Amino acid sequence: MPYTNSDRYVPAAARPVKIVVLGPFAVGKTTFIGTVSEIRPMHTEERLTQAGQLVDDLDDLRGKSTTTVAMDFGRLTLTPDIVLYLFGAPGQTRFSGMARCLMEGALGGLVLADTRRLDQSFPAIDLLEQAGLPYTVAINHFAGAPLHREAELREALALPGDRALVSLDARELGSAKQGLIALVTAIITQSRLEPAR
Amino acid sequence: MVRSHTVTGGAAAASRSALDEATLLVADPHRSPAGLGAHAQRAMTLCRPGVLSVAEVAYHLRLPGAVVKMIVAGLVHSGHLSARAPYTPAAGRHDLDFLQQVLDALHKL
Ligand SMILES: Nc1nc2c(ncn2[C@@H]2O[C@H](COP(=O)(O)OP(=O)(O)OP(=O)(O)O)[C@@H](O)[C@H]2O)c(=O)[nH]1
Ligand SMILES: [Mg+2]
Repeated sequence: MPYTNSDRYVPAAARPVKIVVLGPFAVGKTTFIGTVSEIRPMHTEERLTQAGQLVDDLDDLRGKSTTTVAMDFGRLTLTPDIVLYLFGAPGQTRFSGMARCLMEGALGGLVLADTRRLDQSFPAIDLLEQAGLPYTVAINHFAGAPLHREAELREALALPGDRALVSLDARELGSAKQGLIALVTAIITQSRLEPAR
Repeated sequence: MVRSHTVTGGAAAASRSALDEATLLVADPHRSPAGLGAHAQRAMTLCRPGVLSVAEVAYHLRLPGAVVKMIVAGLVHSGHLSARAPYTPAAGRHDLDFLQQVLDALHKL
């Protein structure tokens, strides 16, 4: 979709909803965000201190003891009252400070996984479990990647029964949106089951 | 290849910082940016024509998000901007009507 100045802004009354997209290197996070986003996905570099904390002081930026971590985000206006923000960050353990920060204020998380290296998605799942945030695991199918039955995938991922698991192609909106639908559906279902959490 | 179980009980939604990357910023049209610092003036110039998130302000100003949060916090404090935080369940309770609207809109995409 072409990006023009007139669609730079969101509807004045919109309430933001934040979803984080986590997963290992080259699993399709940027692709997913780009497919769903109405704006060109934005890429920023955040600076982390050696201790893994976000740098929040202008003076610290001149220091040399920081590493940069890439973050992508995209936006999707769903209705005049609702705008979805998607934030993608690497799910590796060494970036967990960044991911933890992004999970604050989020409705839930989408963990992308590749069946050839499921274990690389474990840190992202662990981070979401630790934060007590609802999440859905989405298997991106890559050419040549083995196909598994859902039960096998659940077992390998040690995925609790109430966590949604879907397969999708991050390159296609009709498919990518199924990950978001599964996440929101699971949150609604869970919330009905335990109304007074 | 099995993920080791971790302790899940940590419902650690503890302290939500006031400004989030997804927080929307609404400028007060009656407040003049005169007298503000250079970064704050640029932020106001960006926010006055319409509503944007903290993350978008950071992107357009080419500043790290954490730095923009500090600048924006100052502008919220001085009343130049008001902040609309992302939806989260209030006291652990979801607004099911709102979530249903999100879901319906996703289905229609
Ligand atoms: N077959 C297939 N390829 C995909 C899918 N999603 C992404 N890809 C391809 O996988 C490659 C990596 O995708 P990216 O979106 O850059 O992955 P990323 O997770 O953002 O990677 P990093 O930011 O480097 O960690 C690209 O060549 C994509 O075209 C998918 O669902 N199916
Ligand atoms: Mg990427």
